[in-house]
Amino acid sequence: MWWDWNYAWSIVPELLRAIPITLAATLEGFVLACLLGLPMALAKRSQLRWLSWPVTAIAEFIRCTPLIIQLFFYYYALPSFGIVMSAMTTGVIGLGLHYSTYLAEVYRSGIDSVPRGQWEASRALNFSRGHTWLRIVLPQSVPPTIPVMGNYLIVMFKETPTLSAITLVELLTTAKNIGSQSFRYLEAFTLVGILFLIMSYPSAWLVRKLEVHLGRRERRAASHGR
Amino acid sequence: MDVKRKVEESAPPIVRYKGISKAYGDHQVLDHIDLDIRPGEKIALIGPSGSGKTTLARLLMTLEKPTSGTIEVNGEQLWHMERKGKLVEADEKHLHRVRGQIGMVFQHFNLFPHMNIIRNVMEALVHVQKLPKAEAEARSLEMLERVGLKDRTHHYPSQLSGGQKQRVAIARALVMQPRIMLFDEVTSALDPELVGEVLDVIKNVASEGEMAMMLITHEMDFARDIADRVLFTDGGRIVEQGPPEQILEHPRSERLKLFLARFRRHFGDSADVMTAVGLE
Repeated sequence: MWWDWNYAWSIVPELLRAIPITLAATLEGFVLACLLGLPMALAKRSQLRWLSWPVTAIAEFIRCTPLIIQLFFYYYALPSFGIVMSAMTTGVIGLGLHYSTYLAEVYRSGIDSVPRGQWEASRALNFSRGHTWLRIVLPQSVPPTIPVMGNYLIVMFKETPTLSAITLVELLTTAKNIGSQSFRYLEAFTLVGILFLIMSYPSAWLVRKLEVHLGRRERRAASHGR
Repeated sequence: MDVKRKVEESAPPIVRYKGISKAYGDHQVLDHIDLDIRPGEKIALIGPSGSGKTTLARLLMTLEKPTSGTIEVNGEQLWHMERKGKLVEADEKHLHRVRGQIGMVFQHFNLFPHMNIIRNVMEALVHVQKLPKAEAEARSLEMLERVGLKDRTHHYPSQLSGGQKQRVAIARALVMQPRIMLFDEVTSALDPELVGEVLDVIKNVASEGEMAMMLITHEMDFARDIADRVLFTDGGRIVEQGPPEQILEHPRSERLKLFLARFRRHFGDSADVMTAVGLE
């Protein structure tokens, strides 16, 4: 049983139809991860113990257990507590929550990279805490993290096949379904791999370009001193 | 240029340090400091690095907390406040109110790199003093003109020289009209040829202001020109203080003599120091 071009072409449209759902799960999960990651980073470095401790513990727990187990838990175990979500919702929440713990670390490194002098100048000018965060620290800590964020977006995209485990019909599930109907797996799985490559590679290239661009800007700023 | 003004001897102090100590673990940085600064008085702090002079300013700017002792600003406790008749640790609201009377210029400028020059200067006027934008901008422009940077308002900090950056930082602190301004080694990070322009701006400010100043500096000539009083700190204590002529030309303590002599050797200061130390 060797590669059959005609058959391969015939299944491409069906595979392409699975792309939107794969992209949607990635993007929605990423947005959720970005939104959750920031407050998580702030909570973790908070001086309020009652806030920083539980958030740190939960984040560590999520980060140190496999995504697939979390997905199984949300999809198959939560219904016994009366919480029932669709595969897509579960997938987005699962991906988003899991990667928010990584993005929180990215935000943290960005925040830590803001020189201490910026905090001190804010204090000397009598800025409120909120103003210091919103106008001084965050605007300087987010841009340098953008390339790393981009990398996580690609990692999350490549992680979407995990969602097939909770019956989400994304690319991998579609390929599996095609294969089980015709008993031909070679074309379907190869094409899925190629589709992932076609979408990941240019994104990775874009992220690298962005990194070089931001690096150059950063160096320019640094060479003039702050 | 003689910029000294008459300081009212009898006026209550604008800042009063009482028994201030600061320690990091076992390391005692400040050791029971008592110091009064009168309104409008210009004091210069000199001393070897690590002698506590910068910490003295940082405690007043509330960047660091004293281990013990109290600081009063205009008769009011800085690090403490009264609650139900008892003196308790100050909360952020209290610090915010008292801190408004203090301004600071840093060794490394600490301009906001993502804001242009006018924005750097305006920001606190708009968001802390809550001035209308137009008024804040007008006042900021006026201040930038005073430091000679009116034509740079839409540049970003990274486009300025060190001296220009420091002048923006001075404008930014000055525009808030503090009662006392702290200058923490503001020329130490500058290339030698840029030091003059910054010192000129400070002299100019000193000559017209009612504002008190605390200058932490290694520029002895500058200290002499500008200060009403020079204080020599060493080992966390104020070892000697007095009018600039007395401190710089007729030092009494051995430590100050030694400091000035070393200083002379490194930086080539005026010869009278040598005479005073008896090395000539």
